[in-house]
Amino acid sequence: MSVARRLRRLTLRALFALLLAAILAFSLFPLYYACVTSVTPPGELFRAALVPPGWTLEHYRAVVTGPFAYSILNSALVAAAVVAVSVGLALGAGYALARIRFRGRGGVLFAILSVSMFPQIAVLAGMFQLVRSFGLFDSLGALVFSYLTLTLPFAAWVLATFARAIPRELEEAAALDGAGPLRIIGRIFVPLLQPALIATGLLVFVAAWNEFLFALTFTLSDESRTVPVAIALLSGASAYELPWGAITAAAVVVTLPIVSLALIFQRHIVSGLLAGAIKG
Amino acid sequence: MSAANTLHARRARAAWWLLAPMLAALALAAGWPLARTVWLSLTDASLADPAGHAYIGFANYLERDAGQWYGVLADPQWWRAVRNTLWFVLASVGLETVLGVAIALALNVPFRGRGLVRAAVLVPWAIPTVVSAKLWAWMLNDEFGVLNRAALELGLISAPLAWTADPRLALFAVVAVDVWKTTPFMVLLVLAALQLLPRDCYEAARVDGVHPVKMFFRVTLPLIWPALAVAIAFRALDALRVFDLIYVLTANSTSTMSISVYARQQLIDFQDLGYGSAASTLVFLTVGLAAIVYLRLARLRPGALQ
Repeated sequence: MSVARRLRRLTLRALFALLLAAILAFSLFPLYYACVTSVTPPGELFRAALVPPGWTLEHYRAVVTGPFAYSILNSALVAAAVVAVSVGLALGAGYALARIRFRGRGGVLFAILSVSMFPQIAVLAGMFQLVRSFGLFDSLGALVFSYLTLTLPFAAWVLATFARAIPRELEEAAALDGAGPLRIIGRIFVPLLQPALIATGLLVFVAAWNEFLFALTFTLSDESRTVPVAIALLSGASAYELPWGAITAAAVVVTLPIVSLALIFQRHIVSGLLAGAIKG
Repeated sequence: MSAANTLHARRARAAWWLLAPMLAALALAAGWPLARTVWLSLTDASLADPAGHAYIGFANYLERDAGQWYGVLADPQWWRAVRNTLWFVLASVGLETVLGVAIALALNVPFRGRGLVRAAVLVPWAIPTVVSAKLWAWMLNDEFGVLNRAALELGLISAPLAWTADPRLALFAVVAVDVWKTTPFMVLLVLAALQLLPRDCYEAARVDGVHPVKMFFRVTLPLIWPALAVAIAFRALDALRVFDLIYVLTANSTSTMSISVYARQQLIDFQDLGYGSAASTLVFLTVGLAAIVYLRLARLRPGALQ
């Protein structure tokens, strides 16, 4: 009896371990395999080996010395600017929406939610004209401006959700001392909202770093290309011989910073995603 | 009382000042481009000469001329894109939901190293869509792809399959990559819902010897359903707009084209600003309709959002 039970328990444990192994393989294999390919010498790529049959940094050298280096810089600049503008504008808005009762508040919330559901393609034609008339076509400014469509509603929504959780007493005490909304935001909200600001900033950064449709449409030259477009357009001598070594090396280079950020700030990111989704 | 009133009015005024910069930015970066797209859809504008366009009514949508139907709604290619998109939404969101719930249930069991496994599950979410499309294109490559090689060696297939080029397989490949990329989102939301469940009723069920499967369908699923429904709605609205993945994995192939890919092809590749805007407006209406249906079903009104 006891042996049978122990055996059953052991089998269950083994099955569960197998399930976890499957989950891990499913999640991590593509990135692992990209790392393998990226260090495999070009002549060995056709072998589809699971461990590197040789060892070379040639693909990384090609990626880092080519125009791709520009793309990394561009992506970093655009993403940083988008984070600064979005969080800056959304902070005041989030405070107002979370803390002040005024007429039209429901309408503003509804407008923010609506914009967050806009398909990008629906603003593409109008945005294309706007970007051209501002003289921003084929520049990083076009991307910073157009990404606000995607990031502002999200940032405002998440910050408002977080701001609602801050105890009112602190703010009331400051208001009694005669502090205005700007001082309350700067002195009370920014320090208390720090985790929320990190979460929002990171998620906005990831969104801008990954964006593809606007970047593909509003830039033309190597000098203003961002990482996703550069990777999508990496090609070899002909369409039939794609440089898989270089593509996987580029993929690893742009993925590792984001994955490490995601893992380091895992808690912040999860709480930000939850604030953006659940409370909706 | 009047002091309180003026304070209230002052705070309301401050609220609008705080909101103004963001609202202005939203109007300029979202409201105006959308209105412009809708207007362009009623004109014969071309990308080469966007200034010289004339109002032509709904001709870009549907028009009968000399006994023939013209316009987006008369284009079999558009309807093909609609079918592809709906198929994509149903298949990928369905699979993501099932897998997401299953993985979340597994990760809700306490075991050593759980934090590490949870972090690992998050990895596909952090990889840019374009990069995941490329990584999978490489793994699914018909000549050198590791997945074909593995399937051949296991005897599952007798000849390598052209996953991304064969029209019969390409949409499956697209769904597979999307499932890989977005299941983490489902896992996170379901896991958060699972952690809020009361423990005592599970203890009681265990003592009573209720079967775990029965327990899941009778207790767990109904309790996490509100959170799961929100996650499904988010994913469905997102999947309706799919562009990056399909564009990078299968290029402009008609067999996998989504409605967003169709609209961009008309707009940019064919330079037909009016016709492409009509297609874009139809994408907007589709997503808007889906959102309204969902809000109705969930009985969420703007006032209830707080």
